[in-house]
Amino acid sequence: MSKPIIAAVAIAAATALVSTTAYADVIAIKDATVHTMGSGGTMENATILIEDGEVTAVGSDVQIPSGATVIEAKGKIVTPGVFDTVSTLGVQEVGAVDSTNDYQGSVASGPAFKVVDGFNPRSPGLIANRIEGVTRGFLMPRPNEEGHILAGTGSVVHFGSVDDYIVNENAAVVVYLGERGAAMAGGSRGLATLKLREALNDAEDYRDDRDGYDSGSSREMSLGKSDLEALQGVIRGKTPLIAVVDRAADIEAVLKLAREFALELVIYSGAEAWMVADKIADADVTVVLNPLQNLPSQFESLNSTFDNATRLNVAGVNIAFAHTDSHNPRNLTQLAGNAVANGLPWDVALRAITVNPADLFGGSADCCAIEPGHRADLVVWPADPLEVTTFADHVFINGERIKMKSRQTMLRDRYLDLEGKLPFAYRK
Amino acid sequence: MTVSRFPRALLIGLTVLVVACGDNGKEADKDSAAFSSTYQPAVSRPVLITNAHILIGNGEELMKGSVLMQDGLIAAVGEKIRAPRDTIEIDAKGKWVTPGIIDNHSHLGVYPSPGVNAHSDGNEMSSPVTAEVWVEHSVWPQDPGFAAALAGGITTMQILPGSANLIGGRSVTLKNVPSRTMQGMKFPGAPYGLKMACGENPKRVYGEGKGRAPGTRMGNVAGYRNAWISAQTYQKKLSAFAEGNGEAPDRDLSLETLAGVLNGEILVHNHCYRADEMAVMIDLSKEFGYKISSFHHAVEAYKIADLLAESDTCASMWADWGGFKMEAFDDVRENIPMVAKAGACAIVHSDSAVGIQRLNQEAAKAMAAGQRVGIDFDEAEAISWLTRNPAKSLGIVEKTGSLENGKMADLVIWNTNPFSVYAQAERVYIDGVLTYDRYNPAHQPVSDYVLGHRAENGGAE
Repeated sequence: MSKPIIAAVAIAAATALVSTTAYADVIAIKDATVHTMGSGGTMENATILIEDGEVTAVGSDVQIPSGATVIEAKGKIVTPGVFDTVSTLGVQEVGAVDSTNDYQGSVASGPAFKVVDGFNPRSPGLIANRIEGVTRGFLMPRPNEEGHILAGTGSVVHFGSVDDYIVNENAAVVVYLGERGAAMAGGSRGLATLKLREALNDAEDYRDDRDGYDSGSSREMSLGKSDLEALQGVIRGKTPLIAVVDRAADIEAVLKLAREFALELVIYSGAEAWMVADKIADADVTVVLNPLQNLPSQFESLNSTFDNATRLNVAGVNIAFAHTDSHNPRNLTQLAGNAVANGLPWDVALRAITVNPADLFGGSADCCAIEPGHRADLVVWPADPLEVTTFADHVFINGERIKMKSRQTMLRDRYLDLEGKLPFAYRK
Repeated sequence: MTVSRFPRALLIGLTVLVVACGDNGKEADKDSAAFSSTYQPAVSRPVLITNAHILIGNGEELMKGSVLMQDGLIAAVGEKIRAPRDTIEIDAKGKWVTPGIIDNHSHLGVYPSPGVNAHSDGNEMSSPVTAEVWVEHSVWPQDPGFAAALAGGITTMQILPGSANLIGGRSVTLKNVPSRTMQGMKFPGAPYGLKMACGENPKRVYGEGKGRAPGTRMGNVAGYRNAWISAQTYQKKLSAFAEGNGEAPDRDLSLETLAGVLNGEILVHNHCYRADEMAVMIDLSKEFGYKISSFHHAVEAYKIADLLAESDTCASMWADWGGFKMEAFDDVRENIPMVAKAGACAIVHSDSAVGIQRLNQEAAKAMAAGQRVGIDFDEAEAISWLTRNPAKSLGIVEKTGSLENGKMADLVIWNTNPFSVYAQAERVYIDGVLTYDRYNPAHQPVSDYVLGHRAENGGAE
């Protein structure tokens, strides 16, 4: 019985040793075009030094210390890692197998529901995406029919290691409004708004009289204690409230409500955001959108258009991109490339999948722009990263260099030669 | 009249019968002419495109070539072409020309936008075998998705029933032309398809969802076999009657379609993910003497690419979708090029109102993924995955799918290499008619549903 345990401990110790050694190494990414997405702007023929997982130098006159591991990157492009703005990596394995899904419950739950508690940093689906440059993400809680429209608290994690992956545990609270919220709240947008107001009022009253609540002398509240606690950051305007809305009128309504309660609002989905771009810009609210949403797929998204991102950017609205294919955040680069084809400046599109979402959700003060003092969270690409024919060469996440291997690449290699000598099951 | 029980599809296969029936055969023709195509391309002037990088669709390319479209057909492709006097000439310097893109797996019109319940017309989930339904009777030509797909260069698509049923019904092939009616879009002379589905969906919908067969994969296969046995019996009765023996069987919509498959007139399109299940389905087709034109989704096709090549079965695939269910868990990015490398017919399909707008990008991802592991297909070859090969799977490769003389003038002018994320279709021609022009709103169709809704089109505000 004890033998396997000892073996496991030994392996763990060996792994720890290796990664410590790796940390002591210096890695130099040499002669690349570096889109720092920070104060350094874009640098040509630049070298990045990474020491103990931290970027220590970026520039064209950087001296490479002897003994450094050099990654020749002439003609290559380095960018910050891709941020999966609405992620289910590590909280969903097989979509149709419920037991592998933790991003959504099926019982009554509310804003205290934390997806990150079910996060699996060893997820094969996560690994398949990180080798393509997806380095961190916002784990977004999804609603269920029994649950509150305030669906939960989302967290920012990085995908680079099995320990200490939480970047910001209380990154944002999510509320579903629009058609989905209306259906959940009882069949009317008015009922959804009522539910949200009740929750916010309750959170305020709870804040003002916690003792009363605990002793049972306060009035009846619409939410339980843990949910009321989860909303404290939101009513202080510290924790962003992500409102899932598409229709222009729904966006206008939630902007008003956010002003009334002094909330830090983020709009997600925002198919018709371009129609009220000026109002969103005035309120300094970020819109998280899928730039490829162009079909009137619901009544609330009749005015969907490829121009959404471009028009929001012109109006001065801060944007971040989200995909709608749970298993393919690696295609965020494709979304950004298409946004460029539809008129968005290239660097704005790159920002929308890297530093913008990282900044939006906080906890990334030492990330993700490529600057001295920041954790190395970056990708070396052989060509334009937004191009569909480009795949990542090297990926660094939170200072760790990632092994470029996944279950998918192993399956591919097993079947690459159908006439090989070994039976398939013995090819590993 | 007993003869009116026969649809033409059956008669075509039974030549003896057609000859024997004489006048009665004509009546049968009239009978099956129901729902037939009314599509007539508009009259167009000849168009000569010059100086273009042309991907022909048959594996060849011209770095600087010309295409002449005349009377709705490709009249010439080459370095230098002499055109008739009234030809419209387009200098396509720096641009690329490809055949019109063909998506052989779409649910446009049957799961249209907006996706409300009232529009859910793609799965007749009332019985696991519904060979009697024809998806064309669900198609809503006002689906805004058609115009969106057109802007992505789609000129032809197969609309399929969904995959809830073992046998889901007849498919229809449409030209992507705006029309008030489904008949006005119907691809003239294209054979019908039959949708079949393996694996998780049928057993989930019936076993899990309705507590009836099939509840397992073995139940699925029993279901197909029972259906084919009935079809064989029906077909035998028809043949016997044609030879002057016995009564004609009563007309049966379901068995008519299945007999059409056994006669080779209706092409099987088989939703199937797993390698082992595809191998079972190939055996099933041999048992009953029909051919599977294409597997669809075929996420594990790379594991049995040699079997696909051997049986001349196409695989219609995504570039990178997977993980959403168990049977899609072994997806690899190199699936499409690995199938092509084995000499099988590889197809890029969408199954999506979103994906259909960018099939060129899906092909580009697959091509590049292949190149990473030494499978060196270039653009000239990879374009066939979304032009010639889907045309083959639909039985229309003699008519479209490549830029060869005498084929329909279905083509796309791209602003740059269509295997780039920055590429956009600038002009789309269908049967020689300019059906879409990115820079001219007069050539951008707008569906009734969108009209007056969208702010951009003068509605809403």
